[in-house]
Amino acid sequence: MSTRAALLVALVVAVAVVIGLAVGSVPLSLDALRDALLGQGDPVVRAILWDLRLPRVALGLVVGAGLALSGGAMQATLRNPLAEPYLLGVSGGAAVGAVLASVAGLLAPTVVPLAAFLGALGAVALVLAVARAAGGASDPRILVMAGVIVGAFCTAAIMVALATAPEGTVRGALWWMMGSLSDATWADVRWVGAYVAVGGALLLWLGRDLDVLALGEEPAAALGLDVDRVTRRSFLIAALVAAATVAGAGLIGFVGLVVPSLVRTLGITRVRPALALAAGVGGALVVLADAVARRVVPPAELPLGAVTALLGVPFFVWRLRAAAAR
Amino acid sequence: MIEVDGLTVRYARTERPALASVSFTARAGALTAVVGPNGSGKSTVVRTLLGRVTPSAGTIRVGGAIADAGAAARAPSIELGRAPLPPEVRRTLARRLAIVPQREEPAFPLPVRDFIALGRHPHGRGFGGETATDRDAIAVAAERAAVGPLLGRWTSELSGGEWQRVRVARALAQGGEVLVLDEPTTFLDVAHEMAAFELFDDLAREGRTVLLVSHQLNLVARFADHIVLLKQGRVAADGAADDVMRGEVLESVYDWPLVVSRDPAVGAPVLVPLRGRGRR
Repeated sequence: MSTRAALLVALVVAVAVVIGLAVGSVPLSLDALRDALLGQGDPVVRAILWDLRLPRVALGLVVGAGLALSGGAMQATLRNPLAEPYLLGVSGGAAVGAVLASVAGLLAPTVVPLAAFLGALGAVALVLAVARAAGGASDPRILVMAGVIVGAFCTAAIMVALATAPEGTVRGALWWMMGSLSDATWADVRWVGAYVAVGGALLLWLGRDLDVLALGEEPAAALGLDVDRVTRRSFLIAALVAAATVAGAGLIGFVGLVVPSLVRTLGITRVRPALALAAGVGGALVVLADAVARRVVPPAELPLGAVTALLGVPFFVWRLRAAAAR
Repeated sequence: MIEVDGLTVRYARTERPALASVSFTARAGALTAVVGPNGSGKSTVVRTLLGRVTPSAGTIRVGGAIADAGAAARAPSIELGRAPLPPEVRRTLARRLAIVPQREEPAFPLPVRDFIALGRHPHGRGFGGETATDRDAIAVAAERAAVGPLLGRWTSELSGGEWQRVRVARALAQGGEVLVLDEPTTFLDVAHEMAAFELFDDLAREGRTVLLVSHQLNLVARFADHIVLLKQGRVAADGAADDVMRGEVLESVYDWPLVVSRDPAVGAPVLVPLRGRGRR
């Protein structure tokens, strides 16, 4: 890994964390932040920092890291720069879980994420079953098609569920589907963090094999790789990590798509260092996007997924122009 | 050495087997060519070697030294048959047998040196980086395939000929004694084609087993020690160039009027296709 790129990413993460802690409906100065971190100064500021801002920034870091790791692994496995973490039905399944819980009146803050997580896992299992029935649970093309089909089915299921639901439920479900860190707690950070840490470590372990898999099925087989096994493992881990992030913060689009691409433009081509750097960049991007979401119309907040998409689209246009110019 | 023994492969939903009881041997120290019309089963032999196709009967045995295996280098041959190979055996096989598949396009561009370095994949594992042995093997492979000047470039910037040579370099970096190349001279001009065949010939002279799948009958006739001619999944002829390159044999296999002559410069048999029947 290029040391310069690693240092750059570390710096970006540090800046993002400071901005994420300072920005909000009550802006905090750097001095106030330092005092509160050391347990001194205004108790209200300490409470804002320790109970609200820090878990929020920490959750942003782990969610962003998880999405970027998941997206990077999916892109290498599918050999497709447009692959993303929500591809295997994760987003649709999570949304169905959350909407069903809301419609059923189960609005407790612990129930909706759990329902989303179970929905995501259910959808991934469905995608794998559909792909297997079609004859290729490790064929990237069949998996993508199965993911699209299950995603369309989930969208239809959500429409049906919402058509008869009271307005408040619809609004709450939609808000959740657009992603938010506003309810972040240390408990969320711990359990999403555990999934991202374990899943991320496994993906980094697989990174060497993913380098070879990205060459294509036949070259990878020629280099002694068990193509089907590595493909299945990579998908399953990436989907689990993505499902955990969705349960923690709703659907945050574009991060898993854009960040691996951004890391490649830095000239990092090996999967393992690219994943490691993407985790940092993804975390920083989500924390910064959340700061923007809080800052634009305080005390109201913009949906986080909308902000990441608004930031992501211009980047993608720039990438396309750069690719076309070559 | 590659020993193909009674190999039969059936694809789902097709009447005729892709390969029907095909047997031949590619010896160490020799250049063996598998030729035949489109759809004759050439690539199925390669896909079986890749482990991407499971034979319904028969086996392929691959023997030879295993690179960097020390005393274990002369291990018994590895058999590809109906049972899938365990992952560890696949890795061992990749240190004995390198395959350059017909088509390959990396989804993400790589620096050429990194691409060749992936040939060392079966030698490492876990979080270990590149070893001194790896670096030597990469340097030697780059020199043999004459891609030294390309090492600083990106795979996306190469011409068709450069790309083929870089892929051969990756196969050489694997370090094994058995080399299989599927249509390695497609897209190459005359000079690059000749250079490629001379490289394969040299590699065979050094004791490697070189198995070449090719449509270039005339170059094959000139360079190969042993030619296996396939037709509709069966061996139509098997032997030295003079035994296989016979007018009546080739005409029936390719179903096209042709004559076999002699190359005036080197004396090898040369196939000259004629115009289709009823034309001049």
